[in-house]
Amino acid sequence: MHVHFLDPYHPHDSLIHRFDPRIKLVLTLAFILTNGLIPSGAWPVFILLFALILSVEILSELGVGYVLKRSMLAFPFVLAALPLILTIPGRTMFSLDVGPWTINASYPGLERFISIALKSWISMQAGIVLAASTSFPDLLVAMRAVRIPQLLVSIFGLMWRYLFVLVDEATRLIRARAARSGHSDHPNAKTGGSLSWRARVAGGMAGNLFLRGFERSDRIYMAMVSRGYDGESRSLPFPAIQIANWAILIGGLVILTLLILIAYLFWG
Amino acid sequence: MLPAPIAMHIPDGFLSVPVSIFFWLITILVVGYALKRVGVDLGERQVPLMGVLAAAIFAGQMLNFAVAGGTSGHLIGAAIATILLGPWAAMLVLTCVVSIQALIFQDGGLLVLGANIFNMAIIAVTVSYMVYRSVQKLAKGQPWGIFVGGFIAAWLSVEAAALATALELALSGTSPANIAIAAMGGIHALIGIGEGLITVGALAFLYATRRDLLKAGEAAPARGNLVWLTGLVLALLLAIASPLASSHPDGLEWVAEQKGFLVSAQSPLFKIIPDYLFPGVSNSTLATILAGILGVLIVFVVALVVATMRRRKTTLEE
Repeated sequence: MHVHFLDPYHPHDSLIHRFDPRIKLVLTLAFILTNGLIPSGAWPVFILLFALILSVEILSELGVGYVLKRSMLAFPFVLAALPLILTIPGRTMFSLDVGPWTINASYPGLERFISIALKSWISMQAGIVLAASTSFPDLLVAMRAVRIPQLLVSIFGLMWRYLFVLVDEATRLIRARAARSGHSDHPNAKTGGSLSWRARVAGGMAGNLFLRGFERSDRIYMAMVSRGYDGESRSLPFPAIQIANWAILIGGLVILTLLILIAYLFWG
Repeated sequence: MLPAPIAMHIPDGFLSVPVSIFFWLITILVVGYALKRVGVDLGERQVPLMGVLAAAIFAGQMLNFAVAGGTSGHLIGAAIATILLGPWAAMLVLTCVVSIQALIFQDGGLLVLGANIFNMAIIAVTVSYMVYRSVQKLAKGQPWGIFVGGFIAAWLSVEAAALATALELALSGTSPANIAIAAMGGIHALIGIGEGLITVGALAFLYATRRDLLKAGEAAPARGNLVWLTGLVLALLLAIASPLASSHPDGLEWVAEQKGFLVSAQSPLFKIIPDYLFPGVSNSTLATILAGILGVLIVFVVALVVATMRRRKTTLEE
C-alpha cells in the first residue's frame, strides 16, 4: 500500500500550470498578504478577491469543487474566532439570559467573525491552487528565488524524497500493530491492553520509526559521499523569467494594491 | 474537539498582519542562526540527516493510540527530536516539517507560517531542551533522568506552544484572551500527557536498542547554555502572561488600552459617493451589489474564455 495520494500536485496543461513557479509563489504570498490587510467588513473587496481566486481556479483546470472541498480543512479552526460575536462591543444583535449571566451578541462582532472566516477561506484556496498546480521540484526553485538559503532548500528536497517512504513505513507499523492486537468495531470496547501498554507500544513504534530514519540517513549519507557529495548543492542557473510572466506579476500586484487602497478608502 | 495537530497550526487570516510579520522576523533570525550552527556541528552530514528525520517526524505524527472514547493521542515530536539531535538541529527539522505541512498540505497558513514555526519549532524545542537538561543534571546521569525528563519536556513543549498560540490569537484580536488561553491551555494539558507517554515509550525503545544515540544527544552542544536560558525565559514569560491576559475579559486589548497604544478606528478619509444616493439604500450596500456584479462578470468571462479555448483545442485535435 502506498501513499501517493498524499501528493496534491495534479498535472494539467493549463495556463496556471504553465506560469513560472517563482511568479506563482510571489503572487500567492501577495494575495494572502492582501487578504490579511483588508479591514473587517469590506464585503465588496472580499467578493472581488473571491472572484479573483475563483477565476484562477477555473483557469487552472483543477476543478472548482476540488479546491473548495479541500479549503474546508480550515473550517474547524474558525471555532476559535466564534467568541468574537459575544465579546466585541457594539450594536446588539440579540441578548440571551442564561442563568445569572447575560450574553450579548453584537453586529460588529458578527462582522469581524465573518471577515476572519472569509479571509481564511480565500487565502487557503490560493495555497491549494499553488500546491496543486506546481510540482515540488518547481516549488524548490521558487523557494530559491525568494532567497531561502540553499541548505534549507536541500533539506526540504531530501525530506520530500523520503517522506512517502517513511509514511509507508509508518503505515506498515500501524498495520502490524492492528494485526497483533485486538480490534473491535464497538467504540467503547477497550482493546489491546491498558492505556499505558498502548502508549508504550505507540512510543515504541515512534522510536522504531526514528531509529529507521537515523540508520537510513546514515546509509543515504554514505551513498551520497561515495558518489562525490561534498556538502555543496550545485544547481544550474535559473532560466530568465519571460516577459509574459513579468507582466502577470506586475499586473497581479497592481490589482492587489488597488484592492487594498479601495478597501482602506471606504472601510479603513 | 479540535484534533491535536490541527489545533496548533494557525491558518491564514487568524493573526493580524503586524503580528505575523513580527514573528516572521524573529523566526528568520533564529532559523538562520540554527542553519549556521548545524553547519558547524554536523558538517556535510546535515542534509541527509535533517531531511530524513524531518520525514520521520512527519510520518511519526500519523502514529496514534486510543486514549478514551473516540479521541487519540498524537505525537508532535519536538521533545524527542530535541533529545536525540540537540536543540539547533531539532529546530531545523521541525521548521521543515511545519513548512512543508503549510506549503503542500495547507495545514497552517503561509503568512502566519513564521508564527507557527516560532511556536512549534522554536518555543517547543527550547523549552524541551531546558527541561531535559535540567532533569538530567538533577538525576546525575541515572536512567530515570532520561524518562522523567523526557516526559516533562514533552508535556511542557506542547503546553508552551499551545499557550503561545493562544496569546498570538489574543494579540491579533481573533480570540478573546480568557477563552483562548483557557481552551488551548486546558486541551493541550491533556494532549501533552499523550505526547509525554509516547515520548517515554520512544525513549524506552531507544534506551534498549541504541543507547549510544541517547548518550550522543546528551553530549550537550558547545554553547547550549544560550538555548537553555532562552527556554527558561520563554517558559516564564508564557507562565506569567497567560494568567495575566486571561484574567481580563478583553485580555491583552485591555492591557493595550491601559498603556495607551491601542488606536481607535478612524472614519473614512472622504466619501466619494454620498450616503443617500438612493433613498433608504446606504453606500456600502450599493458597493456590495456592484462588487458582486463585477465579480460574477469576471468569473463568467474567464469561464467563457477557458471553454472557448478548450473547444478550439479539441476541434484542432480532430
